[in-house]
Parts: sequence; C-alpha cells; structure tokens
Amino acid sequence: MLKVDEKYIAQTDASPRRNWWAVAGAIVFILCAAAFPVFAKAIGDPSLIGLAIRITIYAIAAASLNLILGYGGMISFGHAAYFGIGGYVVGILYHHFAEGEPFLGFIPGTNQFLITIPAAIIVSGIAALVLGALSLRTSGVPFIMITLAFAQMLFFLFVSLKAYGGDDGLIVRRRNVLFDLDMRDDTTFFYLILAIAVVYFIGFARLVRSPFGLVLGGIRQSERRMAAIGVSTYRYKLTAFVIAGMGAGLAGALMANYSKFVSPDMLHWTKSGDLMIMVIIGGTGTLLGPLLGAAVLIGLETFLTSWTEHWKFFLGPILIVIVLFSTGGLTSLFSGWSRKRE
Amino acid sequence: MSEPLLKVDRLVKRFGGLVATNNLSLEVIEGELHALIGPNGAGKTTFISQIAGELHQDSGTIRFDGTEVSEWKTPARVQRGLARSFQITQLLPDYTALDNVAIAVQARRGHSFQFFVDARKRGDIRSEARTHLDRVGLGDRAGIVVSELSHGEQKQLELAIALATKPRMLLLDEPMAGLGTAECARMIDLLKALKTEVTILLVEHDMDAVFALADRISVLVNGERIATGSADDIRANEAVRVAYLGEGDA
Repeated sequence: MLKVDEKYIAQTDASPRRNWWAVAGAIVFILCAAAFPVFAKAIGDPSLIGLAIRITIYAIAAASLNLILGYGGMISFGHAAYFGIGGYVVGILYHHFAEGEPFLGFIPGTNQFLITIPAAIIVSGIAALVLGALSLRTSGVPFIMITLAFAQMLFFLFVSLKAYGGDDGLIVRRRNVLFDLDMRDDTTFFYLILAIAVVYFIGFARLVRSPFGLVLGGIRQSERRMAAIGVSTYRYKLTAFVIAGMGAGLAGALMANYSKFVSPDMLHWTKSGDLMIMVIIGGTGTLLGPLLGAAVLIGLETFLTSWTEHWKFFLGPILIVIVLFSTGGLTSLFSGWSRKRE
Repeated sequence: MSEPLLKVDRLVKRFGGLVATNNLSLEVIEGELHALIGPNGAGKTTFISQIAGELHQDSGTIRFDGTEVSEWKTPARVQRGLARSFQITQLLPDYTALDNVAIAVQARRGHSFQFFVDARKRGDIRSEARTHLDRVGLGDRAGIVVSELSHGEQKQLELAIALATKPRMLLLDEPMAGLGTAECARMIDLLKALKTEVTILLVEHDMDAVFALADRISVLVNGERIATGSADDIRANEAVRVAYLGEGDA
C-alpha cells in the first residue's frame, strides 16, 4: 500500500458544508410566503391568494417531475397522468361519498382530507410503478414517446368514463374535511398548502443529497459508469419514477381540492408540457427552480389572460427569451440560492 | 490452484459480417498481470466489454472465480469482483473526483436505497474514497469537479473508481492512452504496485509499458489469439512479428 496521510483524510471528512445562508434564506422566504395573504388583502386583491395557491401546487408537481427530469435525466413527457390520477382519486372518492354508494361495490367514498390525500399518493404511485416499469425498458426518445403515449391513453380512458363525467369532468362540491379547519376560506387553505409544500421541499432537498440522490444523479451523467461500479440502474430509476409519480399525485389531489373540479384536462399532454416548461425555465436539477418556473408560468398566464384573449401569442416569445438568456434556467440568476445539481 | 481466475472459452462475437471475437480462449491466473496486445481493430475492447458484461457474446463461455458468469449482467459481475476501466473515460462529469469514487464505495457496501441521510457526510465512505484517490495520486484534487480535471487525471480517476469496487480482477482498457511521458511513468509505477494485490488484464498499446509490467502477454489479431507467453517469447515469436510488429515479409 502507498502511504496515506491520515491527518489529511481526517480533515476532509467532515467538510461542514451546511450553508447557513441557505437556511436563513429559506426561513425568510417561508415567512414572506406566510405573510402573503395579509399583503394581498391589504392591497385589496384577495384573488391573489388563489393565484398563490395554484403556484404552490404546481411547484410541487413540477418539482416532482424535476426529480426524474433534472436529477435523473429521464425525460418523461407524461407526468400530468399522475397529476390527473391524484385529482381523480379525490374526485371519485368524493363522488361516491356524495352518492352514498361504495366505489367498485366495496370501497366507501370519503371526503376526509387525511384519507383522500394518502390514497391519491398511493394510487398515483402504483400507476407510476406499472407505467414506469414498462417505460423504463426504453430510454432517450422512445422513453419520451412511450411516457407520452401512456399518459394519453389514461387521458382517453377518463374522457370515456361517463360514470365520472367523461369529457365534462367531475365536480367536487366541497373541499375535503380536515379537523375543524374552514377549508372554504382561501386563506386557511393557502396556509395548509404552504405547510404541505414546505414539508415536501424539505424532504425533496434531503432526498437529492442522500445516497439515493447521489446514485440518481450519477445515472443521469453516465448510466454505463454506474453499471460498471455495480449499480443495477433500473431499480433506482424506477424508484425515482414512482417517487415522482407520488409527488404529482399529491399535487393533483390538492388541485382537485382547490378548484373543486377534476377533468381529463388534468391529464392532457399539454399539462405535461406545462410542467416541463416550469422545470426548464426555472432550472432543471435545482431545488427551487420548479417553484420559480411555476410562479413565472402561472403568473404570466394569469396576467396575460386578463389582458388579451390571444395570450399564448405573447407567452411563447417571453418563454423563448427566458430560455435563451438564462442558461440553466432562472435559478442561475440567483445562483447563491440553490447550487445546481446537487 | 485448480482453476484460473478468469477462463474464457471459445468466445465468438459478430457484428454483421465482421467477426470481432473469433473463437477466442484465454486464461488469466490469479495474481498475474496479463497483457493483451494487438493492432488497431484486433477486437481488444470488444473482448474486454464481453468479459465485463456490457456486450453479450454470440457463443462461448466466461468463467470467473469458479463460476460461469456468461449470462450475468455487468453489476452482478462487478459485485463478484470483476471491475473495468474505460479507454474513453466514463466518468460523472458534474460530480467531484471524490464523489465519483465515493459513489463506487457506496455501491460496493450495499444498496443505496437510503433517502434521508446526507451522502456526503458519511465519514467512513468519504475517507475510504480518499484513500483510493491518494493511491492514484489524486489526493489533492478530491474537491475538483471532474469536467475540470485534465485528461491524465481523468485516467487516474478511472483507476481509483475501479479500485473502489475492491476487485479481485481489474480489466484495464488502455490506461496509458493519451498520457504524457511523466504521467505514463507514474501510471506504470502505480500498476507495478497494484499487480502485487490484484489480478490484472491489461490492454495497452504502449509496448514499453507492456514489456515492463506483464507476466504474460497474449497477442490478438483479427479477433483471434495468435500467441501467449512471456515477454521474451512474444518478442521472439515469428507470427507476432509478422502480424503485429510489422516485420517479416508477409
């Protein structure tokens, strides 16, 4: 054996890289978000709270896509499928709750938030397990196409499900019940969503720095290398795909609660495209990129639609400019906030 | 010593009409450094890739460590102790040198389905990774992102990663290719030290390196093994000189 300087080893192990600035920034950011409803009411525009809720929910969905797209390098073009499934779980359970007839004859409907949300996460996770197990047999362009195809299959399945409204979707008359919270109040609902998002993003931040996250990032960079050090990449990719599907299912279930409505539009390929755009303009493989991307896309959409009917005509060029002039997405403009691809 | 560590028996691989590996048999004995030489296009890398499990042979068998591994996938072979390095480096360019090695240590120590610990704070893994980096002379470059390492350093890193899998046998695919004279000399020294610990199958164009290092040498031409022997045997072998060293009148 060659000589190894023990002292040298000891000093590099710990490498205390905890970035107190990042933690402080996160706390300030959360406090600002928490103060937002007060701000919105103060300037006399409470509808902004609804906007903030939608941005937060889409941020969760986009972040979940970012796990496989940005960190894992799997370009899934069917991520809205899990978003829609999550929504439909809430919708269908509510439907059976209201009708008083069990789903499939034995699963009683419910409007309990603490049941519908986990159910939505589990069902979308199972869907992601099945579709992912098949899709991940391919990679590259075929993977993009097959994920798109599966999502569109599910889209048409829900279009043809007349029992659940088909094309027209399903109305959820009241938001799910959680303790004694007044869920009809948007401010209360916003705080609930914010709390969920904070927990989600903290979990996400830990996940991407974990041994699993390290392997996932390795697979993005060179699958061949990962195999050559003894890693069976398929299992890791599939696990990431399922975790991502569960995240999208959570977001879909929250969205169904917020808008009190689910429809096949939630699974449409354009929705998958929206999620991809959020990730890309925010910054792929960054922690907060999807949040920024969701804020920009939803914000622009809301602003432009209030201004003109032909809003997409203006949205397109704006997105192109953003992508062209911010290599690595908008987060790269605030590079201190989140280090790329960690 | 009943069976050689690696025993390749009548391996065949065709790409369309081209026979890249032609009925190739080879034995590597535990503890030796066996060099594989041959002109460009002789099928050396194709052969290595089949032993590593990245390419599937059309026929023939590969036995490693007393077990037939012909149908095993690459990760299973690596876990069994059969590691390779790449001629064209296959590294994780966005990670630091230390991360690249640590991830191999982590993989060797079991599955990585751990979701909520910080991978970069696992001291035992980090320090083991560092010993491998020190071994190949990259100790002071641990924190550098791979895409910023020089070509020579990337070659060294390839070796450190392979070592981190704690192999019983190393398949080294041209570790000297593209290195400068000084780097080359350092790599030779390193391999000299390594060959006392691990069995090595070395593919290399640098003849000085091969003759300095190898216990035995096999010569590959057009996917066929035309000779095996000590450095002196190979130098003296008429067929080798004709086919490879460019002498004789054929």
